[in-house]
Amino acid sequence: MNNQLSDRKYIIGGLFVFVVVIYIFRLFYIQIMDEQYKDAANNNAFRYLTDYPPRGYIFDRNGKKLVVNEPSNDLMVIPIDVKGCDTLTLCKILNIDPQTFKKRIDRAKLVNGRRKSSIFEKALTTEMYAKLQEKMFRFNGFYFQKRSVRSYPMKIAGHLLGYIGEVSKEKAEKDPYYHEGDYIGVSGIERSYEIPLRGKKGVRVVMVDVHNQEKGSYMNGKFDTAGVSGLGLTCTLDAEIQAYGEQLMQGKKGSIVAIDPSNGEVLCIVSSPAYDPNLLVGHDRAKNFSKMYQDTLYNPLFNRASQAMYPPGSIFKLIDALVGQNDGVLGIHTVYPCNMGYPPMGGKPKCHRHPAADLTASIQYSCNSYYSYVFRSIVDQARYPHFKDGYQHWRDNVMSFGVGKKLGYDIPYEKPGNVPSIKYYNKVFGENGWRSNTIVSLGIGQAELTIVPIQMANVICAIANKGFYYIPHVIRAVGNDPNKIDPKYKVKQYTLVQNPEYYDNVINGMQKVVEAGTAAASKIKDIVICGKTGTAQNPHGKDHAVFVAFAPRDNPKIAIACVVENSGFGGTWAAPISSLIIEKYIKRKVERKEIEKRMLEADLITGKNVPPEKKH
Amino acid sequence: MREKEKQLFYNVDRVTVLIYALLVFMGWLNIYAAVYNDQHSNILDISQKYGKQLIWIGGAALLAILILMLDANFYTVFAYIFYSIVVIACIAVPYLGREVKGSRSWFRFGDVGIQPAEFMKFAANLALAKFLSNVNLKIDEHRSNESSLLTKYKNTIIAGIIIGAPLIIIKLLQDETGLAIVFIAFVFTLYREGLSVNFLLIGLLAVVLFILALLVNNTYLFVIIGSLCLVSFLFIKRNRKNFFLVVLIGSVACSMVMGTSKIYEKLEPHQKIRIDVLLGRGTVDLKKEGYNVNQAKIAIGSGGFAGKGYLKGTQTKYDFVPEQDTDFIFCTVGEEWGFIGSSVVILLQLALILRVINISERQRSPFGRIYGYGVASVLFFHLAVNIGMTIGLAPVIGIPLPFFSYGGSSLWSFTILLFIFIKLDANRLLILR
Repeated sequence: MNNQLSDRKYIIGGLFVFVVVIYIFRLFYIQIMDEQYKDAANNNAFRYLTDYPPRGYIFDRNGKKLVVNEPSNDLMVIPIDVKGCDTLTLCKILNIDPQTFKKRIDRAKLVNGRRKSSIFEKALTTEMYAKLQEKMFRFNGFYFQKRSVRSYPMKIAGHLLGYIGEVSKEKAEKDPYYHEGDYIGVSGIERSYEIPLRGKKGVRVVMVDVHNQEKGSYMNGKFDTAGVSGLGLTCTLDAEIQAYGEQLMQGKKGSIVAIDPSNGEVLCIVSSPAYDPNLLVGHDRAKNFSKMYQDTLYNPLFNRASQAMYPPGSIFKLIDALVGQNDGVLGIHTVYPCNMGYPPMGGKPKCHRHPAADLTASIQYSCNSYYSYVFRSIVDQARYPHFKDGYQHWRDNVMSFGVGKKLGYDIPYEKPGNVPSIKYYNKVFGENGWRSNTIVSLGIGQAELTIVPIQMANVICAIANKGFYYIPHVIRAVGNDPNKIDPKYKVKQYTLVQNPEYYDNVINGMQKVVEAGTAAASKIKDIVICGKTGTAQNPHGKDHAVFVAFAPRDNPKIAIACVVENSGFGGTWAAPISSLIIEKYIKRKVERKEIEKRMLEADLITGKNVPPEKKH
Repeated sequence: MREKEKQLFYNVDRVTVLIYALLVFMGWLNIYAAVYNDQHSNILDISQKYGKQLIWIGGAALLAILILMLDANFYTVFAYIFYSIVVIACIAVPYLGREVKGSRSWFRFGDVGIQPAEFMKFAANLALAKFLSNVNLKIDEHRSNESSLLTKYKNTIIAGIIIGAPLIIIKLLQDETGLAIVFIAFVFTLYREGLSVNFLLIGLLAVVLFILALLVNNTYLFVIIGSLCLVSFLFIKRNRKNFFLVVLIGSVACSMVMGTSKIYEKLEPHQKIRIDVLLGRGTVDLKKEGYNVNQAKIAIGSGGFAGKGYLKGTQTKYDFVPEQDTDFIFCTVGEEWGFIGSSVVILLQLALILRVINISERQRSPFGRIYGYGVASVLFFHLAVNIGMTIGLAPVIGIPLPFFSYGGSSLWSFTILLFIFIKLDANRLLILR
């Protein structure tokens, strides 16, 4: 019997071995087969701390600082340490009530945990910072964290420079460089030059314990990378001109774009109402942003210079004149009748009283009838058996001046404007439902034509250069290296009109416009300005005034387009403002103080300091 | 001859002592790693746990020598007295001891604490060995002339009380589930000494039913039990006695299933949660109830094949694993020594246990054999539950890994348990003289 019982040692021993074998299999599985525990361990113990490099500065063409970084302080809190804190005083300084205080603490606990620091108040104002600092010893659990924010010393060019903001969730998911909470250029140059500006983030791998307290770097920093500072940008803007433009446009809606025709560099790009870009940084950023965002009347965040599409109006006649000459349907001595309107269509489009006009005078007096004839003679010319081919030919020529398509400049959210296609008219009027007379108002820059202010200035560059333009751009050097900008900005874009004589004929007319024509009030001693007024029809209210010009006539230094919304005729506001910019840019000072004063003081939005209108 | 016998290490089983020493040493290395930080790296720093453990180890060595020096008969003779003393201490400690971390199972002497329940293991083992060495449980079964079950299984019941009493005292008075539940391990000893297999099968069936009742819809279980009862008639003699037997078994099984939810409801919330975590019932929040086991698995799992290297573990060093120097010490092994190290530790423990069983079988006296099985059973139970809970195969019960976990009481109690057996074994040849 005892023998039988001693056999039980095998059963007991066997059971023990069996359990141990199962355990070893289990260990084999979780330690060798299953990878999830290794990841989980890394998530537990490693923190990848980002080393944010300083973002690049932006300078104007003369080295003036447009965008810099400034230290700012966030008020941080570690909830577990908030004991015996003088909550009341803190609330008073920050201008919040105790409920908000409690809510923020609760949120911090919820989001980051009680032992980890959370932002309590972002970007303190200098006043708050000073007051807090004085009494910091009374605020247990709170501390300051220095941060770098964008700052705009000259307070200009908000639309162009743009702003940075937290990266969107979608972007962070798509682009592995960004993580949620990172900053990214949202608009303007900050957006289009994000990559050179941001530099390269560094990373530091540190080990943390269960309380999330740092325990030093992992493997002596073997896997750490240093951040690389963002590159500085040299902007093509002339800060003085930009500031002057913004001043002149105060109290007016519209925009000014000035380009150096010899290289396509944008000298100033004003969208009015402008705003101080500093408003979109710092303590009151959210408040200011939503205020501007909700302002549908003035739409201050809207960059009119690159996004507002206006009917070009009379300035379009310049292109017609060039294309007509090029096609041989228009000569310097061509004269068309004008009877306060275009006679073949019963006086439509209408015109105003002016002397009989040849090519030069037609520009000087901006004759609508003349350009209705010119337009139809281009579209209906004999070498095209069908007028639609003629129209296509006209459209191609027009578009070679950089209208109706995206120019490809380096300001984000570019709008193309519109030169209607044959397809479009076929759709609207039917295959056989339209002729050249149906669309004759295209010839005077109306109907469905739209154009963006920067395109207007670009057309003038092409005219000033007599047949080519450079794609307008706002950055001339990246990190002090002019070769780092896109080479496309150094390539001449030729128009389909290449005979300089044709340009001279048009330019003669433009010179007359300023000397004795529709913009005669805007001439400047010693500088020959060649310009053209226009009126962009506005179905929603008073027409928009347009003026385009370049100067001087020989070796043009500046091409400019100015739109003043709801101000009627181009000669009243748009032309004088443009001439002041030209004067300031070429002479570096303004001598016509009276015009300057009038332009600066006029507030077209409220109607203050606006003289009664003269009839032209 | 007599001179030789008086030598301290005469006839001491070297293999057992060697494995013991190895485990204690490895245990200390891992405690050092678990507590390690850069500020305190002096191994003798007794403000740190590894420094204290060195003192415990020294004490354990002294205890071992003391045990070897005493006459082997001492343990046999005083078995019941030891048992009584420790039982009284266990009853007294909740009233006399000082509360430590909500637990009333400690006697404090200055900075040092002693947990009498730890010493209950060897005391109960001695008493059980003494009792069983005079009776044979196998005989119980064949005592068919006894009509009453109570008298028929008298010896089994007494043995059950010897191991059941500490379990109940420690559980009820001190609320130390981990320390109490260990006494179940002595079932292996009883089995070796002739306990009917039926008892074990009933016990096993009860556990299986309990688990099934928690996991499976009870209606299905009733149907299955009923069908099994019906099917069983195909294989056994169909007479009145068997019919009643089957009906009895079936209805006991069904009532167990029904009782399960009642028992489950009676459990403490944390015990319910531990059972749920183990069985994967419901949703387990890895930040709360599932935290310990999950972090333990992460630490062990991240060790890989060869481990992260000594003192290079991040999970244990930075406190992600709770109780990492005591009950969860195996996580340090798993993380820093990997699959290799873990296996070595488990196999060493198994080797020690099998060695103890082997030695038990060569004892001439039943006392030595029974005591030896008690040692093996207790060690195995600790090994299985302690490592099982770190790898998610056993519920979380706070019991230490023998010779490994930090703590004087557990190290000393395991040392005493083992070295009494070594002493008994060393003297085995003298028994018959």
